[in-house]
Amino acid sequence: MSSFNFLKDEDRIFTNLYGQRDRSLKGVKARGHWDGTADILSKGRDWIVQEMKDSGLRGRGGAGFPTGLKWSFMPKESDGRPHYLVVNADESEPGTCKDREIMRHDPHTLIEGCLIASFAMGAHAAYIYIRGEYVREREALQQAIDEAYEDGLIGKDASGSGWDFDCYLSHGAGAYICGEETALIESLEGKKGMPRLKPPFPANVGLYGCPSTVNNVESIAVVPTILRRGAAWFAGFGRERNAGTKVFAISGHVNKPCVVEEAMSIPFQDLIDRHCGGFRGGYGRMKAVIPGGSSVPCLTNEQAKDVLMDFDALSSLKSGLGTAAVIVMDDSTDIIKAIWRLSKFYKHESCGQCTPCREGTGWMMRVMDRLVEGRAAVEEIDMLLEVTKQVEGHTICALGDAAAWPIQGLIRNFRGEIEERIRALDTGRVTAAVAAE
Amino acid sequence: MSTRRLAADRFQPESFAFTPENTAWIDTQVAKFPEGRQASAVIPLLWRAQEQEGWVSRPAIEEIARILDMPSIRVLEVATFYFMFQLEPTGEHAHIQVCGTTPCMLCGAESLVAVCKRIIGPMHAVSEDGKLSWEEVECLGACANAPMAQIDSWVKGGFHSDYYEDLDEEGFEKIVEAFRAGEYPMPGSQKGRFASEPLDGQTALTSDHVENHNAAVAHAIAEGAA
Repeated sequence: MSSFNFLKDEDRIFTNLYGQRDRSLKGVKARGHWDGTADILSKGRDWIVQEMKDSGLRGRGGAGFPTGLKWSFMPKESDGRPHYLVVNADESEPGTCKDREIMRHDPHTLIEGCLIASFAMGAHAAYIYIRGEYVREREALQQAIDEAYEDGLIGKDASGSGWDFDCYLSHGAGAYICGEETALIESLEGKKGMPRLKPPFPANVGLYGCPSTVNNVESIAVVPTILRRGAAWFAGFGRERNAGTKVFAISGHVNKPCVVEEAMSIPFQDLIDRHCGGFRGGYGRMKAVIPGGSSVPCLTNEQAKDVLMDFDALSSLKSGLGTAAVIVMDDSTDIIKAIWRLSKFYKHESCGQCTPCREGTGWMMRVMDRLVEGRAAVEEIDMLLEVTKQVEGHTICALGDAAAWPIQGLIRNFRGEIEERIRALDTGRVTAAVAAE
Repeated sequence: MSTRRLAADRFQPESFAFTPENTAWIDTQVAKFPEGRQASAVIPLLWRAQEQEGWVSRPAIEEIARILDMPSIRVLEVATFYFMFQLEPTGEHAHIQVCGTTPCMLCGAESLVAVCKRIIGPMHAVSEDGKLSWEEVECLGACANAPMAQIDSWVKGGFHSDYYEDLDEEGFEKIVEAFRAGEYPMPGSQKGRFASEPLDGQTALTSDHVENHNAAVAHAIAEGAA
């Protein structure tokens, strides 16, 4: 039996993640959302930002930057330009499907979070940018926004707080790159989603040239509950520097893939055994795990089986928690092909602005094409690794890094398998040549 | 990156106009953005044009440029950059988008692609009967319900866009054939899951279940899915 203290329903922030409970505003309020929102705002901007810092919340979009600290980068006073909160709902990192559940089933957590976060940053408007494919999620979220307006929760004198607040929903149309914050801003302005050079950072020059903060859906949606229950309550889950509850999405070769909110730092096997009905065929058959969405390097069975699911534990294994999208593979998986498919993804999604990424992603994919078949020389493995290093860190945004890391993880952890495949084909060639004589 | 171009001239219609309902809707979209920032509505407008016509034609791009007071090259740039904009005609009843990225691939997406090739034809080409078209797309963000496909459809007198999840080959083929016949099959999990909870034996939020369908399926039912 595990000694892990599993999250209980009464400590779940997302009280309707699966949408089975009453989704009406009445049902939402009965579960404690929109309770005393004006009182929270009455404590003032500084209190809110400090409380968020104390909670230890790190951004849930992948990078894990402390949310409270990010908010504190916004100018304290407006210089005449409006401030904006921009919510990144462009969930597109392969493996990631957590924000979808929040937006279609618990959308009021996000809308209330938008009001509080906007107030804390001096913004009277928030834009939520949802990926274009989430058509039904967009409808559910828009319906919730309309309900909130009708009920006076947002709009003029939002929730009776004296703060005027508008919440607008817009959308993309199928471009992974728009999950990068400056590309998202470009897209929201009606342009191609090509990342901007930083600095200037969005906190100074963001949407429409105005101070803006871009936060992930989950980062914003947890805010009201954190402030209602207190920073210490939230910080009580997970290890130091890895605070809070977290929505995990588990896909691949587990018995029962699912999305579930759990405490941070949950041991990997506890997560799988408790919520996913265990590993398909037992852990002895586990081959690899991508613990945080497609761009983080994969782990071997050995590394994954005892790891704690949090930022620090995973980065110490040269991987990452990312979006907490756990992709699990058993020993029937062709790991080279699994990573090749990610290379194809990044090649498809490169915006083409920076040469190392535009050319490099295609180059890497073409080498991976051949490695899947073993149609390569062993020396080419090092050459591929070298190319990933030339792409990594040499582009405006992190897409180049994201394309490089899965391949680096593959080579680091499964080099033997790649070499074996090359040799197998070589041996086949020799045999064929001999046979021809 | 991929190079995407407009359809050949022989496919391009003479003109494009939004329906009166859509014209009224445009104002509500432009109103979301500050004055002078109406270009922000370009993606929603292009999408609405596609909902209306099934794809994005050159006259549609020019009309949207006129409405939003943008140079048409800027609208063209957006239409060719974002992959959801279909630049060629699609199937009259449905355009099927099979997710092929790793999480879905691990769960059998390749067999869904094989079904499409067999019963529809080559990727991006409209089927011989004109009813269906398909493509393999990148991660659609429903990985815990893999493998899955998004199906945009023009049946039952309107446009719909739904996720069909937890698919297998046989069930998927039936869904595709139903669309061919002009039906609107029920979206969501095809294994009987409510949403993304674990199949059989839910481990969280187990009480107070009152809703009959998840939010996405409920919207589809309101539009005639059965």
